Amino acid sequence: MTDTTDTLALAPVKGSNLTRELGRAWRSMLAAKWPLLALLILLVVIFVAIFGPAIAPMDPNRQNIMMRLAAPMAEGPNGSVFLMGSDGLGRDVFSRLLYGARVSLLVGVAAIVVGGTLGVSAGLASGYFGGWVDDVLGRLGDIQLAFPFILLAIMFLVVLGPGLFNLILVLGIGQWVTYHRIVRAQTLSLREKEFVEAARAMGDSTFSIIFRTILPNIIAPLTVIMSFNVASVILAEASLSFLGLGVPPEVPTWGSMLAQSRDQLLANKWWLAIFPGLAIVMTVLSFNIMGDWLRDFLDPRLKERG
Amino acid sequence: MWTFIVRRLLQSVIVILGVTLISFISLQMGGDPTYLFVSERASEEEIQMIREALGFDKPLHIQYLTYLWNIAHGDFGNSLSYRQPAMGIVLGALPATIELTIFSMVIAITLAIPFGVFAALYRGRALDGSIMTMAMFGQSIPSFWLGIMMILFFGLYLGWFPISGQVPFLMPLFQGDFATAFGNLPSSLYHLVLPAVAVGFYSLSRNSRLVRSSMLEVLGQDYVRTARSKGISERAVVVNHALRNAWLPVVTMIGLEFGFLLGGVVVIETVFSWPGIGRLVFNAINQRDIPVVQASVIVLSVIFIALNLIVDLIYVRIDPRVKL
Repeated sequence: MTDTTDTLALAPVKGSNLTRELGRAWRSMLAAKWPLLALLILLVVIFVAIFGPAIAPMDPNRQNIMMRLAAPMAEGPNGSVFLMGSDGLGRDVFSRLLYGARVSLLVGVAAIVVGGTLGVSAGLASGYFGGWVDDVLGRLGDIQLAFPFILLAIMFLVVLGPGLFNLILVLGIGQWVTYHRIVRAQTLSLREKEFVEAARAMGDSTFSIIFRTILPNIIAPLTVIMSFNVASVILAEASLSFLGLGVPPEVPTWGSMLAQSRDQLLANKWWLAIFPGLAIVMTVLSFNIMGDWLRDFLDPRLKERG
Repeated sequence: MWTFIVRRLLQSVIVILGVTLISFISLQMGGDPTYLFVSERASEEEIQMIREALGFDKPLHIQYLTYLWNIAHGDFGNSLSYRQPAMGIVLGALPATIELTIFSMVIAITLAIPFGVFAALYRGRALDGSIMTMAMFGQSIPSFWLGIMMILFFGLYLGWFPISGQVPFLMPLFQGDFATAFGNLPSSLYHLVLPAVAVGFYSLSRNSRLVRSSMLEVLGQDYVRTARSKGISERAVVVNHALRNAWLPVVTMIGLEFGFLLGGVVVIETVFSWPGIGRLVFNAINQRDIPVVQASVIVLSVIFIALNLIVDLIYVRIDPRVKL
């Protein structure tokens, strides 16, 4: 995925064409169909993440020992219904799922912001200045890629202790290398372009050249990476939560709901595992489809290669 | 050739040093690491005693050098919950993890080649569509959830496969007990099916896409057209000309793949109660058994780095275009 996006070469952005570009994007989406569905699913997930607490029929942490492990559609307290059943502590699975969207999405996006900021700055510095800056950052990236990310995450989270902030930090740091490599490659080629030279000739400061002239031209390939990246961060969050290294147990996330479902597996309480899992799959799948579509849309030459 | 090998070896040593440095830093990040090794009820004197015994009262650079020296001798200290050397426990769990990783790698690679090749040959048709849809899903399903779903369906509902446990094959093999090892083999493979598919499915999907796109690229090359124009059968063109180059990107990925699969194995072992390093790490996390976590992470990293080195060296041999 990442190696193909390296080759995205784009003309300098022109703001005036924005509406025309959006129209082109919309038509391309209509033609491809799947991305449209993916966009729709993502909008639902985002809506739920924002308004989940208002929609949720019950308090996600309200335990009800009398109504443990109720099957989906079973009657709940005061005439309510457990749409997706209740878990081992009698909490409403549907409400936890709605609250979980918030945490999963927050972790995904925040980790990308952390990793993206680190990686993009490092990539701009590497590509623009070269020399020892590039050497040091490059070797750091090599070392990090040389051992499996999940092991790194486990090592840090065991010592730092689980928690939302630590989780975001570790997931973010895990992502910077990808951004560094891509932004570096893009910056290297952009640095030699005429419009950058023109900015230099007009006496723009280095800061202005990097952030006003080069950065806007890297945004397009970055959005492709980010789309795939949110998907993989959500998967990683689910894995870490599953290992007990995610957020504290009372905070509902899709990963931790799956972790808790494991105890009930042999008792065949399928609804505990199926619903949060489907939520993860639908969200991640949508991000992946969007990523694929964005890549093809921004560089039609790549379409041939699937 | 030799300069390449020496350079790659040096690089690997540096990376391993980097790994030990990171694990050392991770120990120090939470403040005084002594508290990771004592119980919550320990008195101030006990804490001080343990601090001195573990050397945490010394300057940092001395601590790191001691740490490095101990690691080099395979000494990670005693497991806090088993009261035995952590390294011994980790090595005891290693064969089970290797079995699972190798088997899932076999699935991820051997199936990906026909999947990718057929998708490319039948491009745009139903077969291509279904393989690519499967691959898209495969890259979006958390491996442990796939494991849970397979337990529910193939294990509990259909009753086709065992849902937990392992029958050792490598362990008796390493101990020289060939009769037991090969006697165990069928049952061992039978127990491997579900967890290995769960671990390997993501990689299988990614590799299928990779083989498909590189196959499409190769099929458009001049030498394939030349082969076709010579009147060779389509089958021979695909097998002898196209495939030989199309699967190279997969070979490049094998080393990284292994690391990726290891990550999946750590989680899947917990789902299937597989007695390997993953489950060990999972239990160690819950008991905050730091020496075992550190020993596991470093052992796995060293294996991963060594494998990548080997893959790089093999790659030079199979791709004649790589000149050194």
